[in-house]
Formats: sequence, structure tokens, C-alpha cells
Amino acid sequence: MKESPNSAVVEDQDPLATTATQAQISAEIATAHEAYRNGRLTGSPARDKVEIDFAPYRSSLLRHPTKDLHHADPETIELHSPAFGHRDVADVEADLTIQHSGEPLGERMVVTGRVLDGDGRPVRHQLVEVWQANASGRYIHKRDQHPAPLDPNFTGTGRCLTDENGVYRFQTIKPGPYPWRNHTNAWRPAHIHFSVFGSEFTQRIITQMYFPGDPLFPLDPIYQSILDADARDRLVASYDHDLTTPEYSLGYRWDIVLTGTKRTWTEPEGGDE
Amino acid sequence: MTALKPATPGQTIGPFFGYALPYEGGENLVDRTHPAAVRLHGRIFDGAGVPVPDAVVEIWQVDEKGAISDRPGSINRDGYNFTGFGRAAVDGAGAYQFTTVEPGGERPFFSVVVFARGLLDKLHTRIYVPETVDLTVDPLLSSLPPERAATLIAEREPNGNLLFDIVLQGDEETVFLDFD
Repeated sequence: MKESPNSAVVEDQDPLATTATQAQISAEIATAHEAYRNGRLTGSPARDKVEIDFAPYRSSLLRHPTKDLHHADPETIELHSPAFGHRDVADVEADLTIQHSGEPLGERMVVTGRVLDGDGRPVRHQLVEVWQANASGRYIHKRDQHPAPLDPNFTGTGRCLTDENGVYRFQTIKPGPYPWRNHTNAWRPAHIHFSVFGSEFTQRIITQMYFPGDPLFPLDPIYQSILDADARDRLVASYDHDLTTPEYSLGYRWDIVLTGTKRTWTEPEGGDE
Repeated sequence: MTALKPATPGQTIGPFFGYALPYEGGENLVDRTHPAAVRLHGRIFDGAGVPVPDAVVEIWQVDEKGAISDRPGSINRDGYNFTGFGRAAVDGAGAYQFTTVEPGGERPFFSVVVFARGLLDKLHTRIYVPETVDLTVDPLLSSLPPERAATLIAEREPNGNLLFDIVLQGDEETVFLDFD
């Protein structure tokens, strides 16, 4: 890959970035949210997907379609999903804390939950991938130039397959917040990136899981690009003391709900013990 | 129909997926020595016509006979079984490529999903092969104006490659799909 001589974080390359203040970004977010709430009062439909056209996230300006998405009925291959198995994913890949010779720094934690389709059916034996910053808010990615320490014992990537109940589970450390160049003094709330497959390719999703009570939520144009407050909340895990291990790790629970299935279920669903 | 559970919203893939999502051989659904191997490639452009250097393209397709694979092995390929799934991160010039076979069967197409920094949600589209596409019969293509349908049809290059550029925004914008 071609390296620019002055290889700072990727956002540096964005000519539209870094000029606004947090106050300006926050005002733009507030305007968009107020317009949405007012619209709801006069009968506008709920918007519980992320907005792909959300100017406070400056990098989105030239990267979102401006024509309407075209409605299509999914056909053939779109009604199925790639299969992944133990050939692809080893059990140890679900533990991000054992990938090196020593223990990573930070708050050890478990994150677990279920992957469900829109009808509430578990998505079984399907691939879940995660990646995240370390406890200091630093990604191992070579373009992350945030002057926080790398952790030689933490890479920050994991994979697992859901079980027969749609349950995924990772052991990791809690990622730190990190600065980025969307605007002056911009900070992302701590998050874990999730990449998930459903039982149909139309359900494919990449998203981010956040931690409860993060003070950076109101300031973050990526999190706030979901206009509906209830929908935003669906990206926030809940702390679950039942998932903790005494004197070892904390626990968070987060379910992922995919869009509805489109395939006509002619075969028996099977596997219901 | 019962009420659907509210779906989890998407979020951008961000800038730092490069050490996490791409994997060795992700772009090679078949070996390039496969008798029916074809190179499917192109670039991703933003609304200013600038290549997007931080995006991921995934394809999911039937095999050359039109069969849908239910076999695992897309991450750890065995070199023999066709699994139908490929993932490619674009390079610094916004270019992606896959080595695969052309989809067969009735009304074949590659199903495609695109992720990028700056793109807050995934985008679905399709790639049709010029020799097998039927604009009048295909339900999706026949529902589009011809100039829009054309954005979903790959170009056959003189050397046999399939070229398919993805334009995220603007006059030449690729048709992106909503299945809900």
C-alpha cells in the first residue's frame, strides 16, 4: 500500500475535516435532532436507521449516495448467507486477552449476547468479528498516530461463531476513547466494532457497540447520526453483574437484532430441541 | 405478519479495519489457474470523483452452474470447494479485485456489499455480467431507467476481465438497493 510521506491519521486527508469546533458540530447535531423530534410530533415516520447523509460527520459528505436507495425484492443468492465453520474460526479467537505472551493492560471484560433476526429467531453458527482500540484508546493500525501507548500484549481483533441459540461471547479488555480529526478536539466514545452475518445476505451488518453512560455520547457525530433516541440506545451494551467473574473480569450484555428475513421458510426450521 | 423486533442500527466501518477484516486469500474465490477463473475488479469513487482508499467490498455469488454453496471455508479456503463469498479491502488507489468464476443459472448476478470510512451504513448492490444480463426480464433492471440500470452491469475488458466501478455519489452514482 502506498504510504504518504506525512502519514498522520486518515482523517487528516479529508479537506473538509478539522475546521469546525465542537460547539459547531454539537449545534449541527442539535438542529438535526430537533427537526426530527418536531417532525415526529406532526406525524413523520420514525427514523431508526443510521442516517447516511449526516453532515456533522464530515467524512460522510462526499461518501453517501444522494439518490434514493432503490427498493428491490431479494432474489436467489441474496436470500442465503455464506456459511462459516470451525474450519474458519478457532475457539481461541474469541479471547482477545490470550493472543500474546503476556496479559494486556486494562479492564478485563466479557461481552456476550445473542444475534437474532427481525422475527426473533436466533442466528445460529454464524460469524461475528470484532475489532477495537486498546485500553489507552490506540488502534494497532499503522495509520493510527494517536500518541497513546500501544500494548504489546493486545492486538484488538477477535472472531467467533454463534452457538445454537445465537449466542456470541468474547473476552477482551475495555477499549479507551480516542481522538480523531472530524473537528477540533473530537473524541470518539469507547466502542467495539462488530461485523455480523445473518441467515440472508441482506442482513449483513457492520456496527459499533458502546458502553453505558459514556459522557462523550452527546458530542459524537457518528453515534448521533441515528436520529431516534431509542434506536441509538440499541447500540449501547448493558452492564451485567451476572456476567462478571469474581476478582477477574467485568461483564456486558449486548444483543444484535438483524432485519427481518425475506426467505419463505418452506423447510422445517429444525434444531429446536 | 407479526411485528418485527427493532433492528440494531449500522455504524461506519471507520478507518482502522485494516488489521481486522481482510484476511489472506479473501479476494480469491478460486485460484487464478482455475479454467473458468475471471478477474472482477474496479475502483470506488466518492462524490468528487476521488478514489476511496479505505473501503471493503464483499461479494456473495452462486457458482458457474447456479448452485448456492452451503459450505464453510471462505476464511480458511481449501482450494477446491467453491464457497461463493469473497472479501477485499481496496488499495491506496481505491481499487479492489476478486478472482472468481462467473455466476451461472437463471438471471445470475454477484451480490455486493460495500463498507467505507465516511459511509455510515453498508450499501448493497449487484453486479451483472454483460453477456448474460437480460434488461427486459430481470425484475430489478427492468424497474430502472436504462442509464441507471447500466450502473449495475460490469464491462467486459478485451482481456476478459470484468470491470465494475462503484460510485458512491453523483451523476454516475451506482444504484444501491434497499431490501426492507
